[in-house]
Amino acid sequence: MTRTLWDSTVGKKTIMAVSGLIMLGYLVAHMVGNLKIFFGPGEFDGYAHWLRTMGEPILHYEWALWIVRVGLVAAVVLHGISAYQLSRRDIRARPAKYVHKRPRASYATRTMRWGGIILVLFIIWHILDLTTGTVHTSFEAGHPYQNVIDTFSTWYGNVIYIVAVLAMGLHVQHGFWSAAQTLGVGNATRDRVLKTLANVLAAVLTLGFISVPVAVMTGVVS
Amino acid sequence: MKLTLRVWRQQNAETPGAMATYEVDGISQDMSFLEMLDTLNEELILAGDEPVAFDHDCREGICGACSLVINGDAHGPERTTTCQLHMRSFADGDTIDIEPWRASAFPVVKDLVVDRSSFDRIIQSGGYISAPTGTAPDAHATPVPKPDAELAFENAECIGCGACVAACPNGSAMLFTAAKVNHLNVLPQGAPERETRVLDMVAQMDEEGFGGCTLTGECATACPKGIPLPSIAAMNKEWLRATRKVRR
Ligand code: HEM
Ligand code: SF4
Ligand code: FES
Repeated sequence: MTRTLWDSTVGKKTIMAVSGLIMLGYLVAHMVGNLKIFFGPGEFDGYAHWLRTMGEPILHYEWALWIVRVGLVAAVVLHGISAYQLSRRDIRARPAKYVHKRPRASYATRTMRWGGIILVLFIIWHILDLTTGTVHTSFEAGHPYQNVIDTFSTWYGNVIYIVAVLAMGLHVQHGFWSAAQTLGVGNATRDRVLKTLANVLAAVLTLGFISVPVAVMTGVVS
Repeated sequence: MKLTLRVWRQQNAETPGAMATYEVDGISQDMSFLEMLDTLNEELILAGDEPVAFDHDCREGICGACSLVINGDAHGPERTTTCQLHMRSFADGDTIDIEPWRASAFPVVKDLVVDRSSFDRIIQSGGYISAPTGTAPDAHATPVPKPDAELAFENAECIGCGACVAACPNGSAMLFTAAKVNHLNVLPQGAPERETRVLDMVAQMDEEGFGGCTLTGECATACPKGIPLPSIAAMNKEWLRATRKVRR
């Protein structure tokens, strides 16, 4: 069955849908968690600390966090490899372009591949910036509130973040609906509901994530 | 009507092709698109040139032979087959671009004619039912619930023209394969091969070099028979069910 999944375009798409939905679930939790920044450093840093103690006493310190991290890396890798392989196949299946050009499909649909590439690059930068602090100018472990303020006090910090969040919003808008079709949940009567749900999810995630840099830029959070 | 046609000309699969420009005059609005091309071909033959090769058969929108990408749209601007498209959809003085279906699984044979036998092989891999031979059974011998019958009919409308592949930016045959799978899979007559049908037809579709589905929806927009996009979701569901169930 694993071979059937991996060898078929429909199966590989299923892997993309499931890994995409796992990442989407994570994004919702991550976005909600980020909103704690509006309640001050105590609450935000305390939440970050809880992420490390979550699962205790059954699990040791940081174990739950590492389980989530490993799961997410697996999802990103499976999603990325499948996207790459399917995209190569798609391009090979249509080698000659039409002379008479016209725009095809919606903007969100056409930007899935470039959007995905922006997202991988952002994920790498984001980890180096706010998790390891490698590319951060004044990183202090255990003080995420201050680290976030510092990141969004630079113009490039804001630009990189906002571009990535917009790309994420578009990706989710087509991706969520798309995953429903891939998993066979879509049908004619449910289509409107699924499309609306995809739009709402994309809008809520985009606004939720963008509210943080905007709040820092406008001085609401400092 | 006087028209400028830019037509893809290609001697055979081996030689590269190019767009060639022709002028046609005296076209009536009541002509079908193919009759307009017949007029062009008569003039080409009289001038001693080679006529433009294009596929056609029934010319009444039921066989699926005709296949042209007209101004970037598979089967042209109306939602119908090229043979049922009429010149009243165009204006006097228009320039019309005419190209063949483009997909690596549909290689060009000559000019506007492409080889669609990859579709035949998908059908051969599972688009059939096992039935005892002999006298035909009574039409009402096997009861079919009305919603299932309607779903089967909706999908059975597919004429295998390939416009869905031509319109898809990935050259994917998902809409065609979905129509064929769903048509038989919802019926009791199709039940014995329900799992193997979808697995084999999807495998053959991949084998032929068609692309994957990215749910752009271009296929359903182009389909002259209105096969709906949710047919693809329905086939995905069948495929996932079959991978869980099948004993091989
Ligand atoms: C690692 C970076 C990523 C890359 C390279 C990438 C790329 C892609 C590509 C190429 C597609 C297929 C597009 C299409 O079918 O038109 C896709 C679909 C999808 N992506 Fe991503 N993506 C990435 C990250 C994400 C993230 C962070 C999420 C979480 C929200 C996500 C969720 C989805 C979903 C749900 C789908 C739909 C799957 C389906 O059609 O069944 N992706 N992605
Ligand atoms: S699904 Fe529609 S466009 Fe595709 S082959 Fe069938 S009739 Fe033609
Ligand atoms: S010629 Fe038969 S469908 Fe057009």
